[in-house]
Amino acid sequence: MKLKLTSVAAGLASGLLLAGTAQAVDLTVVSWGGAYTASQQKAYHEPYMKMNPDIKILNDDSASEGLAKLRAQVEAGNISWDLVDMVASAAITACDEGIVLEIDHDTMLAPAPDGTPASEDFGDMIVSECFIPQIVYSTTFGYRTDLVKTPPTSIADVFDLEKIPGKRSLEKASINNLEWALIADGVPPEEVYDVLETEEGVDRAFAKLDTIKDQVVWWVKGAVPTQLLADGEVVMASAYNGRLFSAIEEEKQPIGMMWDWQVFDLDGWVVPKGGKNEAEVLKYLKWATDTQRLADQAKFISYGPARKSSAPLVGKHADLGIEMGPHMPTAPENAKTTLLFNFEFWADRRDELDERFNAWLAQ
Amino acid sequence: MAEATANNVVLTAPAEKEILTTADGTPLKVSLQRALRREKTRALLLIAPLFLFILITFLMPIFDMLYRGVDNTVMPQYMSRTVQALGEWDPTGEEIPDEPIFEELFLDLKEGAENKTIGRVGKRLNYEKSGMSSLFRKSQRRVKKIEDPPYKEALIKMDKKWGDINTWRLIHRERGKYTMSYYLAGLDMRTDEHGSIRAQDEKRQIYVKLFGRTLWMSALITVICLILAYPISYLLSTLPLRTSNILIILVLLPFWTSLLVRTTSWIALLQQHGVINDLLVWLNVVSEDGRLSMIHNKTGTIIAMVHILLPFMVLPLYSVMKTIPPSYMRAARSLGANPFLAFVRVYMPNTVPGIGAGCILVFIISIGYYITPALVGGTDGTFISNFIAYHISTSLNWGLAAALAVYLLAIVLVLYILYDKVVGINNMKLG
Repeated sequence: MKLKLTSVAAGLASGLLLAGTAQAVDLTVVSWGGAYTASQQKAYHEPYMKMNPDIKILNDDSASEGLAKLRAQVEAGNISWDLVDMVASAAITACDEGIVLEIDHDTMLAPAPDGTPASEDFGDMIVSECFIPQIVYSTTFGYRTDLVKTPPTSIADVFDLEKIPGKRSLEKASINNLEWALIADGVPPEEVYDVLETEEGVDRAFAKLDTIKDQVVWWVKGAVPTQLLADGEVVMASAYNGRLFSAIEEEKQPIGMMWDWQVFDLDGWVVPKGGKNEAEVLKYLKWATDTQRLADQAKFISYGPARKSSAPLVGKHADLGIEMGPHMPTAPENAKTTLLFNFEFWADRRDELDERFNAWLAQ
Repeated sequence: MAEATANNVVLTAPAEKEILTTADGTPLKVSLQRALRREKTRALLLIAPLFLFILITFLMPIFDMLYRGVDNTVMPQYMSRTVQALGEWDPTGEEIPDEPIFEELFLDLKEGAENKTIGRVGKRLNYEKSGMSSLFRKSQRRVKKIEDPPYKEALIKMDKKWGDINTWRLIHRERGKYTMSYYLAGLDMRTDEHGSIRAQDEKRQIYVKLFGRTLWMSALITVICLILAYPISYLLSTLPLRTSNILIILVLLPFWTSLLVRTTSWIALLQQHGVINDLLVWLNVVSEDGRLSMIHNKTGTIIAMVHILLPFMVLPLYSVMKTIPPSYMRAARSLGANPFLAFVRVYMPNTVPGIGAGCILVFIISIGYYITPALVGGTDGTFISNFIAYHISTSLNWGLAAALAVYLLAIVLVLYILYDKVVGINNMKLG
């Protein structure tokens, strides 16, 4: 009898527990994994979950295939993601396809502390109606300080096999590489995209890439170039600046940064259309993209916050205690020569140029 | 069953005179058929779960894929008015369409801008011609501002590409529910402005070459596997059971290890500053600057894949060799054949079913292999499946991915039929 009572009590208790969890909302947030997701977890997810005990944020690390998987979910009519981290060009495509929500930045996002509306605070970073910018990242170069005799100082050195012999690693895509090839070949940076519009310009870029083709190891995933550098497989590599930062400062690898003609790009959020927890996710989004939160993320990874008002709030690295300002791609001494990724150009020409790039690789 | 029919024949022969019946009066023939039908239904019901499973998880996706390679419903769905009106327009002339068609276009653009669907048309047409994506995105943004006709002027003023006859020829060509362009692109071909099919620009040709490379490298991997596996299997089949069991475990152990682990260990071994290169430098076989590049190229793909696929060759060979009585060889020797002749004339022909099974397994698995070439293939060691994956997950051109996949499937089927004709599929023994 006693046994029966306890089991009934246990049953009741578990029933109550279930009822308790049924009210809680699980938000599935898709991001890039690794150090990047960790920075979001610490800056956004954990504080938010503490403030809202009934919200549980689950991380999904499939952002590198975010657009493809989101499209598949839409086709299947079963959208299990609530918020997706994407680079700006992918967000533009998602917006074109009508699979993500349009955002009214002023009403749906928090204004800056001084009252500046969000659309002004983000400014030019809003490259699509569906895109909520989060960070400015740059693709730049790292080199092995112990394996090169003379450290590279300009983008032309990447293409100079005599000055810096040895293998280098570049992204296995046409983006960035074609721009760099043209700049190294002497095209004035402000004319790069005009030159690329022409067939001769593209030929010229590929001809420049031809000069180093057999010395290049191509990477696809962002974690690879720093790994190749650490293993000494290559003497220099293009990589995301945040990855280089953690290899240099956290893992203490003998790697130096070469910021010449770093390419700025944006990364941010999109909200899938037809998600199950739209109201909750928009509430979260408003909080997680406010001025302080974006500045907080920079404590954990060296990417620049997308809001103008966040820049003065960027402080020290949470674990290492070093000042993060000088490590931002936007810091004045790093940003002497920068190129802004041209979204319009690549939205049109990426398919065609990647096709040509792949054919060139296979030759 | 054969027995039953035989009985039937015997029984029905005298039936011309008198119909045989069972105890309850039904003709024997009917009763027998009924019993047979019941048997058949039961058999069908038993295989029904498997059949449905294959239908839903295997055949339907294949047909869906076949369809995706020609699917062009985006155009008639989101550009319905323009597409219909364009039927009367002559693409061979030099004149762009007139106001009525532009009005239909305007209505389509306006509706598409409201529903956020017109971007899909731009994305679809951008595969054919760069610049279409931004044309439609721009139109989506600005079409709201156009209010009054003439729409032709207004739209051309908004973007001069609307006044380009090639834009219209493209929309005219791709106006149907189905398209050939993905299947053509998979063969490095395209349709030019005038609607004739021609080879893709040489700088953009890639897929035919990749299919060739995939076939060639798969064949090479198969041959290497065969050369390596034959002596191993022979040894395994001739050793006493206790020893051979231990050795078989050595074959199976890597087989049970995760594919990713095996592939990444090859990276650790073969890379420029990896174990093998370090060893060679230490032994002074190669100089510090002359380290061999054995990974991120063809060599890497071949080494890693041979290792991974070797068990698929060893196991069928072993199971066939196990059944060849040693007395055959002894008989051949005692009849005067030298060891080599005895092996070639007696032993090897007996192992053909195993060779056939092993080769077809290894070849077909490797032709569609994805993960290992992706990790260690670099640029010249990648396979066609890597490009299918690329178009699925990166470029998002699912139509092209489907077309390439269909070609791959067709190649496998053709090879299978060829194999059946040359060696005979019944002559294959999997174990």
